[in-house]
Amino acid sequence: MSGIRAVRLLTTRELSTRFRARSFVVSTVVLLLLVLGYVLVQALLTDSGNRVALTGQAQGIGPRLQATGERIELVPVPSEQDGLERVRDGGVDALVSGSVSRLRITVKSTVDPELGTVLDGIVREQVLDAELSAAQLDPASIRQTVAAAHAEVRALEPPAPDPVPAVVVAVLLGLSLLGYGVLVAYEIADDKAARATEVLLTVVRPGHLLCAKVFGAGLAGLVHFVVLAVAGIAAAVVSGVLPGSASTPSILIWGVVWYLLGFPLYALLYAAAGALVSRREDTPSTAWPVCAVQTICFAAGLVLLAGAPDGDAIRVASLIPLLSPILMPARAATAAPWEVVTALLLTIAALGVTAWLGNRIHRNAVRRPGHRVRLGNAVRD
Amino acid sequence: MTARLLEVDRISRRFGTATALDQVSFAARPGELFGLTGGRGAGKTTALRITLGVQPADSGAVRFDGRPIRRGLFGYLPEEGGLQPRMRVLDQLVHLGRLHGLSTNDAHGSAERWLARLGLGPQRKAQIRKLGAEARHRVRLAAALVSDPVVLVLDEPFTGLDPAAVTATCEVLREKAAAGVPVVLSSRRLDLVERHCDRVGVLRAGRMLAMGTIAELTGGAGRRLTVTAPRARPGWSTAVPGVRVLAEHRETTVLELSRGADDQAVLAAALATGPVTEFSHRLPSLAELFPDEVSAP
Repeated sequence: MSGIRAVRLLTTRELSTRFRARSFVVSTVVLLLLVLGYVLVQALLTDSGNRVALTGQAQGIGPRLQATGERIELVPVPSEQDGLERVRDGGVDALVSGSVSRLRITVKSTVDPELGTVLDGIVREQVLDAELSAAQLDPASIRQTVAAAHAEVRALEPPAPDPVPAVVVAVLLGLSLLGYGVLVAYEIADDKAARATEVLLTVVRPGHLLCAKVFGAGLAGLVHFVVLAVAGIAAAVVSGVLPGSASTPSILIWGVVWYLLGFPLYALLYAAAGALVSRREDTPSTAWPVCAVQTICFAAGLVLLAGAPDGDAIRVASLIPLLSPILMPARAATAAPWEVVTALLLTIAALGVTAWLGNRIHRNAVRRPGHRVRLGNAVRD
Repeated sequence: MTARLLEVDRISRRFGTATALDQVSFAARPGELFGLTGGRGAGKTTALRITLGVQPADSGAVRFDGRPIRRGLFGYLPEEGGLQPRMRVLDQLVHLGRLHGLSTNDAHGSAERWLARLGLGPQRKAQIRKLGAEARHRVRLAAALVSDPVVLVLDEPFTGLDPAAVTATCEVLREKAAAGVPVVLSSRRLDLVERHCDRVGVLRAGRMLAMGTIAELTGGAGRRLTVTAPRARPGWSTAVPGVRVLAEHRETTVLELSRGADDQAVLAAALATGPVTEFSHRLPSLAELFPDEVSAP
């Protein structure tokens, strides 16, 4: 049988077993709910505009309040007393009363700074208008002149894109790479323990088994990653938590590209670790070094992204093959083409090394049942 | 004559400083059941794994039909497991058939045939991990057979089976052998190997201790004579030349006669003690010939 047919059959089997497994469906749904729930909570937290009740003469500022563009909801109250009640029970955030030039704001404990600034502006405008009128000047034309006056802004660089989509993609990417990588180690140990590997090796080469396992787990992880990232970011944009940004689709596309490179980079080493043991429960004893390196890279990547998303440290770190898959998608909009090309070439070279090493260890270890194989023996054999 | 002959030619394998196999050779002819026997650690499983090409040998060669073996020739039943526990029975068999190069239709046809033949019809949709030990054994056997292999290799196929299941397994193996498939099996159960195999190789500590047909192995040794003489005293037979006492139990004595020894002289000596109620010849069993290789089933 040709190698391609063998790998295709084995991979198809891997995928159909995996996608039909209840654990896959349940984990996808649970993670999806978590992501959407997080977006919803964010939406509720950020969307809480000020509810303001106006009473007496202050009712006149209603149109001006709403014209400011701040999120302000006007709540009608029949009397000042009712307004005070509503402030006490939390029905409104502020009750505004008094004359326009001497507005009085009643709040439960503190006034929202934005609302305070808006109301201060209205009062000052009112006082200024009165003074201008007293000096026989036309407040309207002066206001127009003032409104047209601006400090000139000269930006040396284009505005930095919102870092949130980059961080979300990096987190989901890191989790998929880590979760499905560890899964490869466990499943290879399981198959070896059940001696299913031994039977398959009478038909196919160890390399075919390795390819199929990495492809199968990798594709399942990719489905997870894409579903969660697309659903999460779409929900965030639709709900207004994130502004729709032109760079978001490119971050996602680069996320997929870097997943395709990053997954085998780690998974081939996890496969080698899984092949060294003959019992599922021994898997951590060989997989921990890979897991530790990956976790450190993941954590370091997130720290860098959260701190200085376009600093020098991240520019250098994103060229390191083990870090590139986490960091490069986040830099999709800002990285220079030469940086992208360099990171791709370095990662492909590193992939060559882990493929050679992982394949060699897996091939030699998977053919020795019954006991844990020493790493040195597996490399040398 | 090498047509459809499986030849294992002077294979050796070391693990660190331990010798697992030392220049072991055997052959399985088309149509015969070849049994590899020996105690624990004798090297049976390593020999089978090298035969299959799953594990490399340090030296030696394995040939089928005069050519080096290649993947996909074999149907293989490992000592335990060998299946993917989460797969369903039918899916597992079809998957193995397709890996062996069968089309989807042929793989389905073959899987269904073996499921029916081995009485697994009701379990065809069950997950393998949910099957009982006996049903799982039958699925494992079906997995070895589903690709219609040209050579069958079975490691300890009788472990944990009741006599009826052993007979059923042997019937299937005999059928395959009759179709011209060389069948190699290993077992610690010398009695079962003796009963069911045509030829036997006995391994001890990685070396082939003896090999041949059952008749060759047992006939080469001295004949066994069982004599029951109720009034005989211990040592009654020592005066007869060429006779060695193997066992004395109450009134029954088991004797080994060397080549040329006269059994009539033994009968005369026994009659001299009084009445003789049993006087029978038989060939020794493998278990008697290789007591060190006998282990609990």
